[in-house]
Formats: sequence, structure tokens, C-alpha cells
Amino acid sequence: MTNHWVDIKNADLVLIMGGNAAEAHPCGFKWVTEAKAHNKARLIVVDPRFNRSASVADVYAPIRAGTDIAFLGGVINYLLANDKIQRDYVIHYTDASFIVREDFAFNEGLYSGYDPDNRSYDKTSWEYEIGGDGFAHVDPTLAHPRCVLNLMKQHYSRYTPEMVERVCGTPKEKFQQICEMIGSTATPTRAMTIMYALGWTQHSVGSQMIRCGAMVQLLLGNIGVSGGGMNALRGHSNIQGLTDLGLLSNTLPGYISLPFDREQDYDKYVAMRAYRPLRPNQMSYWQNFSKFFVSLQKAWWGDAATAENHWAYDYLPKFDKLYDMLQVFDMMEHGEMNGYLAQGFNPLAAAPNKAKMTAALSKLKFLVIMDPLVTETSEFWRNYGVHNDVDSSKIQTEVIRLPVTCFAEEDGALVNSGRWLQWHWKGGEPPGEARTDIEIMAELFNRLRKLYQTEGGAFPDPIVNLSWPYIRPNKPTPEELAKEYSGRALTELVDPKNPTNVVRKRGEQLAGFGELRDDGSTASGCWIFCGAWGPAGNLMARRDNSDPTGIGQTLNWAWSWPANRRVLYNRASCDANGKPFNPERMLIAWNGKQWIGADTPDFKVDDDPTAGVGPFIMNQEGVARFFARGHMTEGPFPEHYEPFESPLGYNPLSRNEPRAVSNPAARIFKADREALGNVAQFPHVATTYRLTEHFHYWTKHVRLNAITQPEQFVEIGAALADELGIAAGDRVRVSSNRGHIEAVAVVTKRIRALNIDGKTVHTVGIPIHWGFTGLARPGYLANTLTPFVGDGNSQTPEFKAFLVKVEKIADASPASGQKT
Amino acid sequence: MSDMTRRQFLAITGSGLAGSSLALLGFSPGPALAEVREFKLSRATETRNTCPYCSVSCGLLMYSHGDRSKNATASIFHIEGDPDHPVNRGTLCPKGAALIDFIHSPSRLTHPEYRAPGSDRWQRISWDEALERVARLMKQDRDANFIARNAAGQTVNRWLTTGMLAASASSNEAGYITHKVIRSLGVLAFDNQARV
Repeated sequence: MTNHWVDIKNADLVLIMGGNAAEAHPCGFKWVTEAKAHNKARLIVVDPRFNRSASVADVYAPIRAGTDIAFLGGVINYLLANDKIQRDYVIHYTDASFIVREDFAFNEGLYSGYDPDNRSYDKTSWEYEIGGDGFAHVDPTLAHPRCVLNLMKQHYSRYTPEMVERVCGTPKEKFQQICEMIGSTATPTRAMTIMYALGWTQHSVGSQMIRCGAMVQLLLGNIGVSGGGMNALRGHSNIQGLTDLGLLSNTLPGYISLPFDREQDYDKYVAMRAYRPLRPNQMSYWQNFSKFFVSLQKAWWGDAATAENHWAYDYLPKFDKLYDMLQVFDMMEHGEMNGYLAQGFNPLAAAPNKAKMTAALSKLKFLVIMDPLVTETSEFWRNYGVHNDVDSSKIQTEVIRLPVTCFAEEDGALVNSGRWLQWHWKGGEPPGEARTDIEIMAELFNRLRKLYQTEGGAFPDPIVNLSWPYIRPNKPTPEELAKEYSGRALTELVDPKNPTNVVRKRGEQLAGFGELRDDGSTASGCWIFCGAWGPAGNLMARRDNSDPTGIGQTLNWAWSWPANRRVLYNRASCDANGKPFNPERMLIAWNGKQWIGADTPDFKVDDDPTAGVGPFIMNQEGVARFFARGHMTEGPFPEHYEPFESPLGYNPLSRNEPRAVSNPAARIFKADREALGNVAQFPHVATTYRLTEHFHYWTKHVRLNAITQPEQFVEIGAALADELGIAAGDRVRVSSNRGHIEAVAVVTKRIRALNIDGKTVHTVGIPIHWGFTGLARPGYLANTLTPFVGDGNSQTPEFKAFLVKVEKIADASPASGQKT
Repeated sequence: MSDMTRRQFLAITGSGLAGSSLALLGFSPGPALAEVREFKLSRATETRNTCPYCSVSCGLLMYSHGDRSKNATASIFHIEGDPDHPVNRGTLCPKGAALIDFIHSPSRLTHPEYRAPGSDRWQRISWDEALERVARLMKQDRDANFIARNAAGQTVNRWLTTGMLAASASSNEAGYITHKVIRSLGVLAFDNQARV
């Protein structure tokens, strides 16, 4: 979230698209209700199903799963064609005026530089025109034909209301009404918030859907303001924290990327990430990259990280390609992996194409499970009848399962969707011999280290030299670890301008990332968390819920990254002179000497606004980007591509270019492409979703939730049910080209048939929560059906739009394997 | 009176269990008059926590037996929303409201287990056996397959044949130490739920 949960109450308009907050985030959705009740806000919901959020919306519009860019591109077209943009904001705070290189081009769904053999782009032309001084050319009059705004106008002129209706199935009048409502927030005093979740993430063009939403918000001046923002409603209690801490194949803590093979030279590695400003006077805060990186290396390798060895640069693995989940499970299926550890993660249920996953896990030599619950993954080798029909004797994987504590049995911090780090406390003892993840990782490491110390082995240096300063080496405390990722001074830090002024004593906790240095005198395991445990103690444990301004800015409740800032880019809530666009909901303001207000300024606190420093201080441009340059895989502007399993088989926006039907730059492995189904065999669009009574695959182990939603079902529209002769309560078989599930049919009016380019398309809703372990009735893992292809940038699987066939099962008796 | 069902009784007394009128119906409240029954939670230990499900991260109050003294084993028997929390203000959804059943789920694992190749069952093992076995398997695989240099002779120091998925419901501190350990081994096949 750029903003936070409580701030939603300040919205004048709420757009929920690619999510269903009332169902999946009920206690956060309360703030939408608050905005409606006390801020005269209106709610728009755009979704394939008339869902629980839609049931309390002012306007609901149906949309075909996977076509959100067509819809949002249509909104951009409307806003630009009707001048419904916040002009001052767009001119001063975005790259609208930047001029793009002459050789940049777009034609029939493909951008310049496409290499069809490698399904990738040479992105050289996706760049601004750069002058001899190293700065980008701009035209503040916006007259230049190749300025970003004019290229955008041209690009989205194809996204007419008629095209939106053809691609999305959204009636033109309904679309027009929504455009007008959205356009009403282009004034400085009205704000729209966008709330989205996995309904945007889980597509082969998911990242671009989200980008497209952000572009709508930038045109309207809704980023950085109270009641606005792009608000990702994240799915797990600490998925934000684990992302911040960089637990992904190619990242380090604090959004630092690991080096590629080619980055053998440390100085070049740093230079590539310490982005230079692209306009005069811009802050381009990543210029401080070396301070963040060196402080991380000092936290991890202590005295072994020295200036001479480039802060232990060689201790870090270099990567030749992305080893994301899909890549790794594909390697596993090909016998290229030997071991795997799953900590609180149930990949057999959570990853696409269960048959492929079972084959992959069966090829491992060893699998280690750390979990509080009996997951399907931990028992993938066990026969559970139709729901997991395997032959144990043929699976040679050695499995070790370790019992882990749950939230209630440990201390620590979690990061919520609004970036708040909140400390929690242990209230009970774990069952049996269960241990915390910290204890397990610590003891496992100490055993490995001892083996390397006594026996030697492959490159032992990073293992034997890992900094391990914990008082009890097998039981580091959460407090020790929190202090370590926050950061401390390793030597006495003095003010460079006045060496007699000691800023921090040796060993003292640091107050924020502004104190980090790249000379080895500071350590911080995650620079964006620096200050969470500062000189004054654990700020994450703060519990003062006072809200002095009344706009929900509880700055003394817990601690928010970065720098306890609650609304990102809040400098953009003020005009060029530092005056709030909307004085009623002021976040910050310039008082002539400094920035003051209800939030930590996202700006240098004493920087005069008239100096012309842009509000997007992390960007080289100093402003927000409509034109993504080379940062996205499939193009600088979001373009509609069909899901990999499309009910059309062509892309209405680029009818004559077969290479641009689906994301031309998304990676898909050969066997997985062959496992895709086509519309002749699998005529219905399927989309997976969640229920308010269940959480993923956990709560089927929880008695009350197993009672409230006991049995697997699929949701089918009344029109399709009529066509197939299915009555509510019948058992149906839903198949894709990868497998089938059987479940009870819920026949509903909530899903309507859509008219897509002259053709009737039905949608089938598939809740995900059942499996073969737990207290709820056994069911099939929904991911038996889903395709093994991910988003072009994040590699998040396309769970929200694929093709299935629905059939009635003649024998209505309960499926075998059910508990009675 | 003795044949009266609970429903009939409630109907007669006007449905509320307003105790003072019971005596008029011939019931003797006895000692109840002498002592107000104490609210069950008032003697419990209260602990603040955060819901482990979605990222609204609702504040929780957990109530447990045991007073944190050395020989008392804390056991949680009730969980409700924290009214001081600025986001949820005391509310919980159907998942959060059932958290007590998650903590005490019969599916909770209680001891390390081992499944041998080709076997159809678990066998119980000790922590010492489990961790020694995992450490040994990891070291064997790392030593056999660690790549110090790629084909071009560049230093890459990576280990690709073992991977890990980390838990997005565990704390920052667990995530941080997991990352520190795994990266020190040179693992690249490493993700968390943010990938899906």
C-alpha cells in the first residue's frame, strides 16, 4: 500500500478491482464502509463476479477475467480525451513532458526491439532522449509529438469504449458511467483510492495491470494524497515483511538486487544501482546505494566484510537467470534439484499444475518440512484416494517433518499491508516439542557450520565467517534479530562537518537510514527498517493510538517503513510552492522554513519547494513515470494481452499479430505450453478465488471454519447451469488440460454470461480452500487445474484466468474418500 | 415445574435471565446473592498479538491460563479483537474469530518425523536426529554441486540443487535469520509466498 488501511476513510471514491476486500479483507474493508458513511464516498466494484464487495457498491460492472488492462486503458483514453486530469500534478510530478527516443515504436501489440526466438526485447529504444549533459530532454508545453503524454494519448486512443466492451464484455454505458465517476477525482480536493489484490497479481500481465492502475491514479493526481494511492491488499500477515526482507530468489533485504554473473566488478555493481539523476537538482535517493549495501554486508559478515574484499562481495551468489518458484519446480521435475525446504509453505497446494508438482517432488532426494500443521506437501507421497492417488512405494523422496510454533507462541514483528511493523507477544506454550522457525534455522546453521569447520568443504568462507553474535547461538532472541536488521554504529560516528560532535556512540542503535555509511562503520540488515529499533528502543511495540489531526495518522502506533512515513510520496500532496492541494486533509505543508504536518515528509525536511526537487525522490527523474523505460519486461506502457488460455484465441487489439495474442515476453516452458488447453475442448473461463470463512489451505484444519464452509464447491452462473442441465447441489466435474476436480455446484446469478466480441463466454468460479488433509471434508486441490505460466516480471502464476470444461456427474453419490 | 423445559422457563421469565426475579418464582438463589460471580477473563493473563492470516493484521487480545510464573504452563483459551487497535478496533472476521481452534487444531504437529524412501508411513524421531540428518544431507549436496565458477570462468559461488520456500506468516525476525543463513550457503532457489 502507498497509503494504509485507516486512510481509506478519507477517500471520496473507492475502486475495488482485482480484489474482493469485503470477502478477503473484511476488517480492512470496514474503512470503505466508514468512507461511505462519513465521507460521502462512493464505491465502484469491477469483477467477473458480483461478489461481496459488489453487493454494497454504488456501481458494479462485470468484466471478463484477465482483461483489466483493456478496461483501464479505456479509462486512460477517457481521461486524456476529455481532459479529466489534474494538470498541474501531471506536468510537475510526472514524466509527461519527457521526450522519448525517436526509434521507440509500437505496432500491432509489439514494441520496438522484439526478439521472437527468445521471447524478449532489446530495450535500447525504450528510453528518453538524453542530452550531452546526461539529462533527459523535456517539453513542459507538452507540444512535442514524442513527449510521454502524447505517446500515451496515441497508445490508448485504440482503447475506445467499443473496444472495452468487445474485449471485457463490460456494457458500454456502464463503462462510461464509471469513467465519469473516476474522472470526478481529477480535481485537487477529491481523491480516489484503488484497492487490489491477487485478482490483479495472478495474471501473465499482472504487473502491468497494477502499473496501469497507478497510471490512472497519476493522471488524476491521486498518488501521495490522503484518501488516494495504490493499495495492494496483501494476502499473508507478513508477506509484506518477507518481501521487504528480500526473501526472493534475486533480492537482498531492502529491495537490493543480487549481482548477475557479469557483475564481477564490485564498483560497477554499485554504479548500476546508484542511479544518477536524469534531471537537474533531483535527489535520486538510490545514489546512496553503497551505504545500504555495505551496512547489510557488515550485519551479515561483520569483521570478515572489509574494504579490501569489497565487503565480502564474493560471498554473495551471482545469478545467471531467475530461480523463481516456477523455474525451480520445472528444474525439479527434470531431476535437476536434490533437496528442498518448505517453511510454512504448502507448494503442492499453492503452485500451479498439481500433477507436475507431484512429479517434481517425487524426484527429490530429500524434502524438509517446517510447519505448525499437516500440509499436503508434507504428505504428497501418501495415498489419499481420488484426492491424492499416488503409489508411496514408487516415491523415493526422504521426508523430514519438523513441528513449528504458531503466531501465539512467539514474540516478533509482522509488517501489515500499510507497511506498519507491529510487535506481538507470546501468550502460550507450543504443543509437544514444537520449536520456533528461529531456533530451527539457528541450530541447523550451527550444525552446518560445525561440519564445515571440522571437515572443510565447498567454499566454507561465507558459512564459517557469518556474523553470529547471539548470546545463545542456538536460540537467538527476536529482540537481538530486530536490533540487527534495524542497525547500529560499529564505531563512534562523528558529524563529518564537525568532528567534535559525536552523532552515535559505538554500539548505539541508529535512528534511521540517513545515518548509514559505506565505510564499514555502520551495520543494518535491512536499510528500509533502519530505526524500527532505534536509540529510544523498540518503536514497533508502540501502542499510542492517538490521531491528533483526525485523518487516521496514528504516528505513535507501531512504526512504519520508511522512516515512520504513513503515506508514501506525500510531498505530492502539495503544489509546487508546498501548499496542500487539499487543506482539509493535509498530510504535510511547507511553513517557510521546513515541512511540517501529520506525516513524516517524503522529502528533505528543510528543502525549499521552490528549488524544484521533484516529489518522487527514489526515481532518477524526480517525478513519477508513465513511461516505464526498460523496467518492465513486456513494454513501457501496459498493453492488453489475452490470458495464455484465451476463450478468443486472438487479441482484438492486435488482430493481425499472432505473436501478440498473449504476453509476448512472458516465459513459458515448452512442456507447459503443450499442456495449455484450447477453447474448443475447454470452452469456459475459470477464475480461482477465496472465501471469507477460510484462509488459503490453513483453516480447513480449524474446527469452526471447517464447520462454516465444510465442503468443496464451484460457482456456476445460472445461464451455464441451464445449458448443461446442472441444478444447485449437483456434483460436477471441472477439467482443464492438466487434470480435473469434482465438487458441488453452487448455481448463482452472481456470475453472468458475457458477450465477448460477439461470442457468449461463461465464467466458472473456483474457491481454493480444500485439500486432502484437515478437518473439512476432503477435496481436490484447486491447483490441479491451473496453468504453469507466470507474469512476465514477477513470475506469479496465472491463477485468475484459464480454460475449463464443466460437466454434470451422473451419479450424485458422494465422492469416494469422503469422511462420513 | 420439574417438567418445564428450558425454553418454557425462559418464556415464563420473560426470556431474560434477570436473576432478581427468580426468587419470586420459587427458586432460591442461595449463595449467589452473597457473591457476584467473577468474570472469567479477569483472572486470565492477557497478551497482545496480531492475527496471522491476511495483511489487515488485526490486533488481538489473547487470554491464557497461567500467570507467567516459572512452573505455570500458559495455555490460551480465548482470543478476541483488540479494541485499542486503530485498524480493526476490536473487530475480527470469521477466520480471526476462530483462531483459538487454529492454536489447538488436531492437525498441529508435535514432534519431528521421518518418512523413509518408498515408505507409506511416518516414524517419530528426535530433534537431534532430525537436524543432524538435514545438516548432513545439505552439506553432502552442497559439497557435490556447489558452483564456484561458471563456464566463462566468472566467480559465481552458487548452490542450485537445493532450494527453499520461506514462510510469509512468520515474523520479520524469523524471515531475517532464514535469509541470512540461506544466502550464506549460496542458495538462489529461494522464494516466499510473495511469488504466488
